[in-house]
Formats: sequence, C-alpha cells, structure tokens
Amino acid sequence: VTLGMESGFGSDFGSGGGAGGKLDPGLIMEQVKVQIAVANAQELLQRMTDKCFRKCIGKPGGALDNSEQKCIAMCMDRYMDSWNTVSRAYNSRLQRERANM
Amino acid sequence: AREGRGAAAPGSSAAGTGSAMDAPSAAGLGGADPQLQRFIEVETQKQRFQQLVHQMTELCWEKCMDKPGPKLDSRAETCFVNCVERFIDTSQFILNRLEQTQKSKSAFSESLSD
Repeated sequence: VTLGMESGFGSDFGSGGGAGGKLDPGLIMEQVKVQIAVANAQELLQRMTDKCFRKCIGKPGGALDNSEQKCIAMCMDRYMDSWNTVSRAYNSRLQRERANM
Repeated sequence: AREGRGAAAPGSSAAGTGSAMDAPSAAGLGGADPQLQRFIEVETQKQRFQQLVHQMTELCWEKCMDKPGPKLDSRAETCFVNCVERFIDTSQFILNRLEQTQKSKSAFSESLSD
C-alpha cells in the first residue's frame, strides 16, 4: 500500500527525488504537513465540542432541542472567531517581541 | 544562546512553554538531509504556535465568553486580546522569577521549599 501511494504521489508532486523516489523528502514533507493539519483540526474540534457542550446543554434530555442546536451553531462560530482573535493577538505579540530584541 | 529568554522570548514560544524542547537542532531527526532538517524546525515552531493558540483560546473562552451570541462583540474581543497578552506576561514573569530565585539560592530545591 505504502509503495503504491508513494509512486502515485511522487509523480503528482513532481518532486523528482532519488532514483526510485522511494524515500522522497518532498513526499515525506507533504504527508507530514497533511497529518499536522489533520491533527490541528481534530484538536480544534475536540475543544470546541467541549466548550459548546458546556455552554449550550443544560440537563441532557432525550434529544437536542431547537434552542440547543441554535446555541451550538452560534457557539461554533464564536469559538472560531475567538480562535482567530487569539491567533492574531499572539502573532502580534510575537512580532513585537522580535522587534524589541 | 538562549539568555534573556524571559525578557523578550523570541521566535518559537514567547510564552515559554515547551522551553525544555526548544531544540537547538533537528539534526538527529532530519538525519543528513538539510532540507528535512529545516522543514522539521519550521514545522515544529509552527506547531508550538498552534498548540498555544489552542490552549489560550480554551483558557480565554472561560474568562471572556458569557453566552455565545450572533457575533463576537467588541468587549469580548478586547478581553481575548488582553487575555493573550496577560497569559504571555504571566509566562515570562514565571520564567524571570524562577531565574532569579535560582541565581540567589544555591540549590533549586531550596527555593521550592520556601
């Protein structure tokens, strides 16, 4: 399976690695980037679910009612907004720190 | 090469988390390939950033968010920004003070038992 994927991806990315393109560093890097992105998405989802469950679900009933669903939907958007705000703020701070070196 | 980290922690993590892992070189991981080495350094740094954003978002949500509304109001937004800044200040404060207490006492364990 791995070899099959490698040769397929190798030609797609055109990294033109070594002779057999077996351990093509370009390929490895692309795969690692994908895995990192997936891991980050999972992390985000996990924390978002935790926070929105806490905010929106009181006493758990037999199903998610309309108001709970609306709350969760809004909560998801607000969580993304918060994440982006934090990301920007942190980035600014890092740049400021570097500038002050 | 990492002196003054507490004051103006550059690059990888201003908040000082994972300081033990501010790996000076990814040589062991990337092996001989300098391209891979560089890649690992860059991705590691990006990941540290992401992790901290996750962590701070979680913490600051608790402090800044009451009821999720149709949009992030400016009060909450300001709170998040302040929260990030204060979190990093806290981290730097801790590092600095730790450095100081380690300098003034001969053994770390002494300062812990204070």
